[in-house]
Amino acid sequence: MPEVRIRAAVKVSAPRPAPSAASADPSMIEIEDLTLHYGTKPALKGISMSIPKNKVTAFIGPSGCGKTTLLRCLNRMNDLIDGVRIEGRIRIGGREIHDGSLDVIDLRKRVGMVFQKSNPFPKSIYDNVAYGPRILGAGSRVDLDATVERSLGAAALWDEVRDRLHESALRLSGGQQQRLCIARAIAVEPELLLMDEPCSALDPIATARIEELMEELKARYTIVVVTHNMQQAARASDVTGFLLLGELVECGDTATIFTTPRDRRTEDYITGRFG
Amino acid sequence: MSGIVVSFCAGSVLLALIPLGFILFFALRQGLPALGWDFFTQMPRPVGEPGGGMANAIAGTLILVGLASLIAVPIGVVSGIYLSEYRKSLLSTAARFSADVLNGVPSIVIGLFAYSVAVLPFRRFTAAAGGLALGIMMIPLIVRTTEELLNLVPATLRDGALALGATRARAVATVILPAALPGIVTGVLVALARIAGETAPLLFTAFNNRYWSARLDQPISSLTVQVYTYAISPYDDWHRQAWAGATVLIGAVLLCSLLARLATRRLERMHWP
Repeated sequence: MPEVRIRAAVKVSAPRPAPSAASADPSMIEIEDLTLHYGTKPALKGISMSIPKNKVTAFIGPSGCGKTTLLRCLNRMNDLIDGVRIEGRIRIGGREIHDGSLDVIDLRKRVGMVFQKSNPFPKSIYDNVAYGPRILGAGSRVDLDATVERSLGAAALWDEVRDRLHESALRLSGGQQQRLCIARAIAVEPELLLMDEPCSALDPIATARIEELMEELKARYTIVVVTHNMQQAARASDVTGFLLLGELVECGDTATIFTTPRDRRTEDYITGRFG
Repeated sequence: MSGIVVSFCAGSVLLALIPLGFILFFALRQGLPALGWDFFTQMPRPVGEPGGGMANAIAGTLILVGLASLIAVPIGVVSGIYLSEYRKSLLSTAARFSADVLNGVPSIVIGLFAYSVAVLPFRRFTAAAGGLALGIMMIPLIVRTTEELLNLVPATLRDGALALGATRARAVATVILPAALPGIVTGVLVALARIAGETAPLLFTAFNNRYWSARLDQPISSLTVQVYTYAISPYDDWHRQAWAGATVLIGAVLLCSLLARLATRRLERMHWP
């Protein structure tokens, strides 16, 4: 894997990616001065950061700090909520996602998402994984079978479910369901995988499996994970952003954030003085 | 103390069950002796001639109920989807209120309405008019059940589908509606059981027919109207037939409820183990 330099820094927007040379630029997402209001209440205030490609970036912060809101901006899931107003720019792979010409449906095909509570559809395991490819107009049955096997394999679930692909997904355990949701999200080969507290409902063993999986998956996907759990951020991420009351307080290399944070508030939070 | 409360509650439950017990007891005691294979296969006989059955009325009820479902299920389910998807729109609020009002309209009034729009203009009682009256009664039942059941589907399922690039319509059709389907099927069966027992809306729409008829543009017999006609007649023979008809009706409603339970359980096992 090529050496990748991390450019994320406090409130310093990274240089714009060159339009042609995407490979030369390690950043996958550029957020510039992003502000979001629920009605009149600001939920995100002037956030600027850059999220590197093929890394795990974690958002940490106390409840209500806006980390999930920020995550949901990246695939425009906040569009579904009434009274949301968004200002600022978000570019994914060099493309502005609020551009009028960009189809939000296409965006969501490029940006997969895994939710806090595993949400397998009440369908078979197979149909869950095949859901995305079918929306895209899956090819032959053989192709679809291959996609399902590959995705379940990538989510480290194939060996456990290969004999019961056509059983209801709801019979799986909590940890298996969450890995199924990961398989479902990567079945359409997204560029980016968003994970909203993916382990908050799982036991430590299932959590460890998901974290291993994130480590494996980052070779192919850029991962952004929201977590409540600071140990998880420290263990599983390369870059960490600390949010507080809708502001990005600090963002940078995970090791640096956890050992020598620049901001007093970050230090207070990670040492457990509040939060 | 709690013992007293529990026995009071249990007593109330028993009191509530007494009417059902009596209905079943009387209907079965009077109806079963008159109930035989002939009842289902024979046509009504003229007064004085023993035997005969209600084959035409049983078929008529099935046709009327089928017709009502054809009208009410598509309209009801689709409206229910709209109400659940656009919960706060003005149209939804109005429709929800209208459905509740329609649900409370006495069935005879719905019969009158069907009479004025579907009988008077053609100067003829028809099965179609009867089906329309029953269908109108069924619509609000299905609308509200569908809406409530769709609202019960967790929002996370919708988010999951949308995050995979599904359009809203696709998310409803492929995830939300299937998740609510077991409940909707039950709701439809319960509504069927409810309208199958209606008499008033049929009296001056489908009317009655002593002969075999499966035509929609002719009057048609139904179990309920036939029971009513026989019950107010002065003939013992017909009274017995009316009891038998009532027994069949109760049996059909029971069967509907049973099917509803089975369908729910089967579908649930498929969806929610």
